[in-house]
Amino acid sequence: MVEVNLWSGLRALADGNDKVEVEAKTVGEVLEGLVKAHPGLQEAIDAGVSVAVDGRVIASSLTEPVQPDSEVFLMQRLKGG
Amino acid sequence: MSKIHVTTTINGDQVEYLCDPRETLLDVLRDRLGLTGAKEGCGTGDCGACSVTLDGRLVCSCLVLGAEAEGHDITTIEGMATGEELHPLQQKFIEYAALQCGICTPGILVATEALLKKNPNPTETEVRYWLAGNLCRCTGYDKIIRAVMDTAADMREAS
Amino acid sequence: MALDAQKTNGFTQVGTRPNRPDGIDKVTGRARFGADATAPGMLFATIVRSPHAHARIKNIDTSKATALAGVKGVVTRSDFATGLTGENWNILENVMAGDTALYDGHAVAAVAATSALIARDAARLIEVEYEALPHVTDVDKAMADDAPVIRAGAADKSVPEGLHPNVVRYHESGHGDVEAGFAEADLVIKDHFKTEATHQGYIEPHACLATLGGDGKGELWCCTQGHWNVQKICAALLGLETANLRVTASEIGGGFGGKTAVFIEPVALALARKTNKPVKLVMTRSEVFRATGPTSSTSMDIKIGMKKDGIITAAEGTFRLQGGAFPGAPMEFTAMCAFAPYALKNVHQVGYDVIANRPKQAAYRAPGSPMAAFAVESVIDELCNQLDLDPIETRLKNASKKGTKASFGPMFDRIGLVETLEAAKSHPHYTASLKAGQGRGISCGFWFNHGGETAVTLALSEDGTAQLAVGTPDIGGSRASMALMAAEELGIPYDNVRVTIADTATLGYNEVSHGSRVTYASGLATIEAARDAVKRLCGRAAAKWGIPEDAVKWENGCAVPSGPNAGDFDPLPIAEITKRMGATGGPIVGHFEATPEGAGVSFATHIVDAEVDPETGKTSVVRYTVVQDAGKAIHPTYVEGQYQGGAAQGIGWALNEEYIYGEDGRLQNAVFLDYRIPVASDLPMIDTVIVEVPNPGHPYGVRGVGETSICPPLAAIANAVSAAAGVRLCELPMSPPRILAALEKQRDG
Repeated sequence: MVEVNLWSGLRALADGNDKVEVEAKTVGEVLEGLVKAHPGLQEAIDAGVSVAVDGRVIASSLTEPVQPDSEVFLMQRLKGG
Repeated sequence: MSKIHVTTTINGDQVEYLCDPRETLLDVLRDRLGLTGAKEGCGTGDCGACSVTLDGRLVCSCLVLGAEAEGHDITTIEGMATGEELHPLQQKFIEYAALQCGICTPGILVATEALLKKNPNPTETEVRYWLAGNLCRCTGYDKIIRAVMDTAADMREAS
Repeated sequence: MALDAQKTNGFTQVGTRPNRPDGIDKVTGRARFGADATAPGMLFATIVRSPHAHARIKNIDTSKATALAGVKGVVTRSDFATGLTGENWNILENVMAGDTALYDGHAVAAVAATSALIARDAARLIEVEYEALPHVTDVDKAMADDAPVIRAGAADKSVPEGLHPNVVRYHESGHGDVEAGFAEADLVIKDHFKTEATHQGYIEPHACLATLGGDGKGELWCCTQGHWNVQKICAALLGLETANLRVTASEIGGGFGGKTAVFIEPVALALARKTNKPVKLVMTRSEVFRATGPTSSTSMDIKIGMKKDGIITAAEGTFRLQGGAFPGAPMEFTAMCAFAPYALKNVHQVGYDVIANRPKQAAYRAPGSPMAAFAVESVIDELCNQLDLDPIETRLKNASKKGTKASFGPMFDRIGLVETLEAAKSHPHYTASLKAGQGRGISCGFWFNHGGETAVTLALSEDGTAQLAVGTPDIGGSRASMALMAAEELGIPYDNVRVTIADTATLGYNEVSHGSRVTYASGLATIEAARDAVKRLCGRAAAKWGIPEDAVKWENGCAVPSGPNAGDFDPLPIAEITKRMGATGGPIVGHFEATPEGAGVSFATHIVDAEVDPETGKTSVVRYTVVQDAGKAIHPTYVEGQYQGGAAQGIGWALNEEYIYGEDGRLQNAVFLDYRIPVASDLPMIDTVIVEVPNPGHPYGVRGVGETSICPPLAAIANAVSAAAGVRLCELPMSPPRILAALEKQRDG
């Protein structure tokens, strides 16, 4: 299981949790797992999220690997100017 | 509205064109003569991207009417190099990376060439005030000012 | 992506400063920008814009306009696709108003005619009947209970109950216990800050030339930071097949984020479709100000607690961003960047995305971050003043480094903040003496940077030269960086690489040139494409020599046997291989298509000396030094240029630039004379120090450099003003009237 940290604004959509454990080997599976555990997160994830895995911000790629002991943070989708 | 027939000299060549009385010299250069080196950044004389010289005097071509060019001598960025040989300012601007996007560059080059003709030995402050009518949003002016000062020094040495 | 071969030294070309490949085009007027294109039979278009901040559009009568000789077509909202949802709907709504004009300058119709003058005359003949509605342009007023609702139902699910419907998105993040942290502090400072919207201010107005036939096939030429994005959005807004619209990026006269958005291109295409002729559409400067770009305006509350020794015990920020009449103000970045430079046990940040009757905000260089730095770094400066601490030492004590839990959640990888602070501390500027009336300010800044979808091809020619096709428009000299990286890998002269910005039909999707991604992502792609080509070159040599491919390596532009056991062959130069490539297996082309995900974050520290004239309230910046981590500077001169340009834009934002709205909700300063960007005589030379802490996610260690440079100036100048004149300005811009008012208040005690 991978522990995923949510930004606290998402707590309301994740039944009050700011950490969610999911079964996942990739970033894509992390996101699928989150929606499965808390369907309320669907809209926020569809709106665009990035995922920080062990400090590296994965802006959009779903295929990046995730280890069971990885530090995983959900972040809002990065863009720039 | 009937058009006006204009005969003028541009970069040393005699040119004739018909223009609407409302058209600016910049419109004529760009849309009628295909000389798109002068740029329209504002249309109100604030940005200097359309700088050309009229009888040797630096002007914003967006503030001059096309009809007013009759009988005058216009030079634009297209007339700055001699064949393949760049003007020393052009060469130095490339070497110093005194341009990033390059949209203001033709106007700044025309303006600085006019400055150096008037004042071959300007101080940094004089260059900065002379160029205060030419906006550049990319560079912070640092490399532009250095390029102008160094070109002026080179040209003084060469003359 | 695992980078098994990071190269951090031994470069032969990277790090040198050659002339840019497009230099001559750009100093002779030959380079073709957005407005420089023509087509046979071309029409000229003009857009009709709302003079109201908020109004229902009751009727549009185009009969007088269409009756004018030379007018070939008029379009309104009904000429665009229907049934759009999400961001596509928002973009269409902004490109051409539907039932309601949402801001002064909102497009309501457009006309194409045989000349620009006729189009302008025709636009005046289009009669629009409006019913004015109540409006609001200020962020705090837009959130107040009595504010008019700009668009019911625009809020998403993130917004807690009980907030005004103009609050459309909400962000909250942080960790630890801020209340406990504040209780530990020896001094807690709390303050309120406001910043006005500023415009990116690129000198080239938006411009395009569109062709679209009855067969649904189109060509579009435009100045943009990302032509694939333009292609995708225009196809959606016009109901076209994406592949049938080919978009070519012109040279781009500045963007800074403002040309990541789409404004006029769908309008030109709609007119081209309607008239069956090429249509050229160029914005005026006042249209650029009224209807494109600006940043968000902000209202922010910051509270920071500090021990006497300078350790920050807790930090809290509330960030309200007004982003125009559409969702999307980058408040989450404001919140996430605010405290990123500091290692904090207790931190909490809240963001509100607020809509108002203003143009849709667009990205501007590190969107959202400079405002946060202004507020946070001002409070840190005040804490240092009151606790009598050195501003750099205090920042060093709290600085984020590898392994720090970032204020936005995850742990930092290798970062260079400490290195920029150390370099600033030892820079002669920091200890230089000041004249009377001058003050010195310090600030740090942070930006995430970005990778994004990237495709590059590198095709070798018969003579051993290389044609590199990239998909990211060259905004500030990136062709030079790309050519350096390709030349480095191939071992050929820099001048033997020709870099082209390819159109949408000839490369895979490339994300917009944003997020400081070009030298990072297109650079990584160029290096990988070159390595791919080298692999093929080695294969040809191996076949010629009759040895295994892995027994050949690439050195100084030649294939050579990889060791004594591989055999004894003379080095085979690139041109010898490419000369015969047609007969030895066909053209040699290297590729890269992927989404690099290793953009390293970046930090900067700025030092500025300012002088305040007590009579006029005018602030002069007398000395400026930028210290920033570039990871690895590919072409140091252009890195310096990014540092200087960001600092200059930040100086304008701090001192002069602002959107001024009247009581009527109309923009009052939509020309460069009144919206004053820095001119040459306003600025000093801007010194730069390039710090290089390699980014683990790039083959040479590159970090993006374009955006971070605009983050520190706002606060650095506010701190210098405070040091020079003893007044703390919490509202931007620090224009002479504001400074005079603050000085007066100080005198009155």
